[in-house]
Amino acid sequence: MRDLFMDEFAVSLLVQELGLIIYQFTQQNLPACKPVLSPVWVVQIVYRYDVECVPALYRSNKLAYIKDNSIPKNCSKSLKIRWLPLELKICFQLVFMRDAHGFLANSKLMKAPIYIYYQLDNYYQNHRRYVKSRSDRQLLHGLKHHDLSSCAPEDFNHGLPVVPCGLIAWSLFNDTYSFFRGIDEMKVNRKNIAWKSDRDHKFGKQVYPFNFQNGTLSGGAHLDPKIPLSDQEDLIVWMRTSALPTFRKLYGRIEEDLDADDIITVKLLNNYNTYSFTGSKKLVLSTSSWLGGHNNFLGMACISVGVSFIFVAFVFMLIHVKNPRPYGDTTNLSWNWKPMSG
Amino acid sequence: MGIGSMSPIPMLSRDSSVCSQSVIQQYLIVMKIQGRSHMKLNHQMRLPLLLQPGSSALNSSKEHKQVYVKELDPVSGKFIERSYKLLNVLEFNSSRKRMSVIVRDEEGKLLLLSKGADSVMFERLAKNGREYEEETREHVHEYADAGLRTLILAYRELSEEEYKAFNEKFSEAKNSVSADREALIDDVTEEIEQDLILLGATAVEDKLQQGVPECIDKLAQAGIKIWVLTGDKMETAINIGYACSLLRQGMKQITITLDAPEIIALEKMGEKNAIAKASKQSVLRQITEGKNQVATSSTEAFALIIDGKSLAYALDDDVKKLFLELAIGCASVICCRSSPKQKALVTRLVKEGTKKTTLAIGDGANDVGMLQEADIGIGISGVEGMQAVMSSDIAIAQFRFLERLLLVHGHWCYRRISSMICYFFYKNVTFGFTVFLYEAHASFSGQPAYNDWFLSLYNVFFTSLPVIAMGVFDQDVSARFCLKFPLLYQEGVQNVLFRWRRIIGWMLNGVCSAVIIFFFCIQALNLQGFNKDGKIAEYQILGATMYTCVVWVVNCQMALAISYFTLIQHIFIWGGIALWYLFLLAYGAMPQSISTTAYKVFVESLAPTPSFYIVTIFVVISALVPYFVYKAIQMRFFPMYHGIIQWIRYEGWSDDPEYCNMVRQRSIRPTTVGYTARSLARTNPLDGIQNHR
Repeated sequence: MRDLFMDEFAVSLLVQELGLIIYQFTQQNLPACKPVLSPVWVVQIVYRYDVECVPALYRSNKLAYIKDNSIPKNCSKSLKIRWLPLELKICFQLVFMRDAHGFLANSKLMKAPIYIYYQLDNYYQNHRRYVKSRSDRQLLHGLKHHDLSSCAPEDFNHGLPVVPCGLIAWSLFNDTYSFFRGIDEMKVNRKNIAWKSDRDHKFGKQVYPFNFQNGTLSGGAHLDPKIPLSDQEDLIVWMRTSALPTFRKLYGRIEEDLDADDIITVKLLNNYNTYSFTGSKKLVLSTSSWLGGHNNFLGMACISVGVSFIFVAFVFMLIHVKNPRPYGDTTNLSWNWKPMSG
Repeated sequence: MGIGSMSPIPMLSRDSSVCSQSVIQQYLIVMKIQGRSHMKLNHQMRLPLLLQPGSSALNSSKEHKQVYVKELDPVSGKFIERSYKLLNVLEFNSSRKRMSVIVRDEEGKLLLLSKGADSVMFERLAKNGREYEEETREHVHEYADAGLRTLILAYRELSEEEYKAFNEKFSEAKNSVSADREALIDDVTEEIEQDLILLGATAVEDKLQQGVPECIDKLAQAGIKIWVLTGDKMETAINIGYACSLLRQGMKQITITLDAPEIIALEKMGEKNAIAKASKQSVLRQITEGKNQVATSSTEAFALIIDGKSLAYALDDDVKKLFLELAIGCASVICCRSSPKQKALVTRLVKEGTKKTTLAIGDGANDVGMLQEADIGIGISGVEGMQAVMSSDIAIAQFRFLERLLLVHGHWCYRRISSMICYFFYKNVTFGFTVFLYEAHASFSGQPAYNDWFLSLYNVFFTSLPVIAMGVFDQDVSARFCLKFPLLYQEGVQNVLFRWRRIIGWMLNGVCSAVIIFFFCIQALNLQGFNKDGKIAEYQILGATMYTCVVWVVNCQMALAISYFTLIQHIFIWGGIALWYLFLLAYGAMPQSISTTAYKVFVESLAPTPSFYIVTIFVVISALVPYFVYKAIQMRFFPMYHGIIQWIRYEGWSDDPEYCNMVRQRSIRPTTVGYTARSLARTNPLDGIQNHR
């Protein structure tokens, strides 16, 4: 009896609900997602610092400056976040995106997270000899792996194996940046900048740097021998070699929003020697959208390819209307261009 | 159709009242003994009066030496079976031009039965055996004129002693192992084959196989020039020419023979050098005259008919160029009475003189030389034995299949192979050029753009099957249209699909695709963050993305280029692309030591990132634009012949006869042979005024 009642109750509920749906349907009032296509700003600041960070005294001989360990490499620069400043380049990208909040809902100019990249130009990280100069097995197994032939000449030092061995690790980028808004230092998150698979499967959790940068010639950064390789994310990012000679690498993230007209002071250590090969160093701050960072190319190329399509179609249409070709017109057959032999 | 022609003659053996029966009887005996091996299958003999149609004239005998003939006794009106014991067979050869058998009939009489060409048989008749000679000669001439093959039959009774003497000599000659064995046998047989009594003549029609005229007509429309090289007599050959529309009334025939009276007179005198000199001069004069004729008239169609004797001189080194020029000027060429070697020589002359592709088709052992000499030799498997088939490149069962072989399969194969090769170039240029461009960005250090396994498997898995499917299945135009518009075959003859322009065009297309893929990829991916997490597209991601684009572009290009889409094509093309993603997944899931740079690249980096897909779509579309525009322009403004036909089919005009004629009209030129041309010539008053026969 009770079951029956329950059933009836359920049925009546169902009818009620159905009625509601039908009502909504007939009134064209069904719940719906209401996408609005609105552009997303991707803001990017690129700042080239390798020239300004050399004291005027050494401008004529940058190489001597960067090689001299006795000179402090500290350098302080200020970036102004604002619309199209003259000294800085702020670029933006128009990207169409479903955004329920409507057009430019974010009043902040640079919305967290803001990614910090360093960019190297004319740096052939994709050179075959350079790319080869590593030992994946050593990175994973550490000292247990002995065959370091691929790492030469950075394989052994003072008769002991180098961990991580090879030229890539040896030339690890070692400029550092810290950011200040006013006098407050902004927090830069340097975790989670490498791919997870690299951290978990390519760099050993039990492998610690050993005998690293102990040679007479130091290529770049030193590593803390107490931290296992899997946590040395700078190294992991660096070891994933770039595709092209101009490349950026992720340095960290600023997890605060930046407003227009904020002035950010960057304190940087200009350690890395790009002067020997006339490379350049740039610091890049960029936000990211679902399409990644700022890139005009894709949008422009899409538009130009589309425009060329329309143009070709238009020309075809014109020719078709003005000068239709009769059916079966064989005058253009290739063998009618010249008299047929035989 | 076959006509068994009976001269009103003879009297063989006991039964003088049965006249022509004996002829047949004898003919059948000889045929039977020979196993008909030298006769064409299509000799359909109707034996009027004597044998009921369909009744088996020959009962096969298990015992080889005994021949049974079932014949109709005209007196009693019943069939009687008679048996003959076969004693000797004097084999046929081309110098003897006859064949004889010696049999013993039921009454113990010895008979020599002989059949052969008229030229050798008439001179062997006995004085008393020439009763019907005049009549028979007339008949033979008549039959030959009607395109029939003639044989003279004669017999002779042998006495026991005569036979015994002959048999001894004959077996001695047969058993000799000296080099002149043949000559010995010939001498012995020559002796016995004398004083024959003429029985009459038979004539058998060389029935054309089914569909031969239609086939020749289509081939002629396709712009193929047809030469007939036959061993038949001139009259027969001309007749066959008419039957298959190679000749028509109104065609001017240039006949080159050595039947001029002065040469015959010289032959009688038997001076070899003088004959050769006179003959050569005569041939040369006739050829020059013919050439002048051809040169002066541009509207008329000419036919060249040359016999074997003249051909021997025409093929001399100093004459053959002239001869070839004359032959090229003629719509059809018939070489009759030609030996196997001459057939081969003519084929070589055409092949080397014109630098064109030659095809020889034949069914007999005497066609072997020609089949081997020609670029393409096609053997017809039939009754004539297997020699032709065994020495041919392609064997077909009937002549008319040549039409489909050339016009349909020939066209398709040409197109398939040329497209396949071009496409192979294209896809490897596209792939290789992206690697090269990357190399230029890696300071030419030899660092490949892609993972090693990507490089290796490109031609094996991801792009090979569609090409193979194209090379096997593609059809630009269906078989029906290939046959309907034979001129389509000219695409192969003119080599429009595999000329350098097209090959280089495809390569340029490949370069163009590669440049678009490479630069669009690096411009779209390099420097800025790749995904929402701000990660960068480095070596592994760029390589995998670019490779994805290459696989897509190359396969989609195939989809654009192909004109015959079946399920197989769909499976191969889209399957090839799907296979790439599957491979990337599987390969990336392997341990890092195996997959190296591809480790988890799809699962972790590419698959969750929208820009990967957007870049892929964009690059694929952009890379295909040049070809697409080119193809649209070509189809619209400069269509190739198959394009026009595709268009017709698409617009549904294919059954409109007027319209089809318009498209087809280009294929009928005044010199074309075939019955279409003949009917056209009939309606066209300009042609066909003169009749040379």
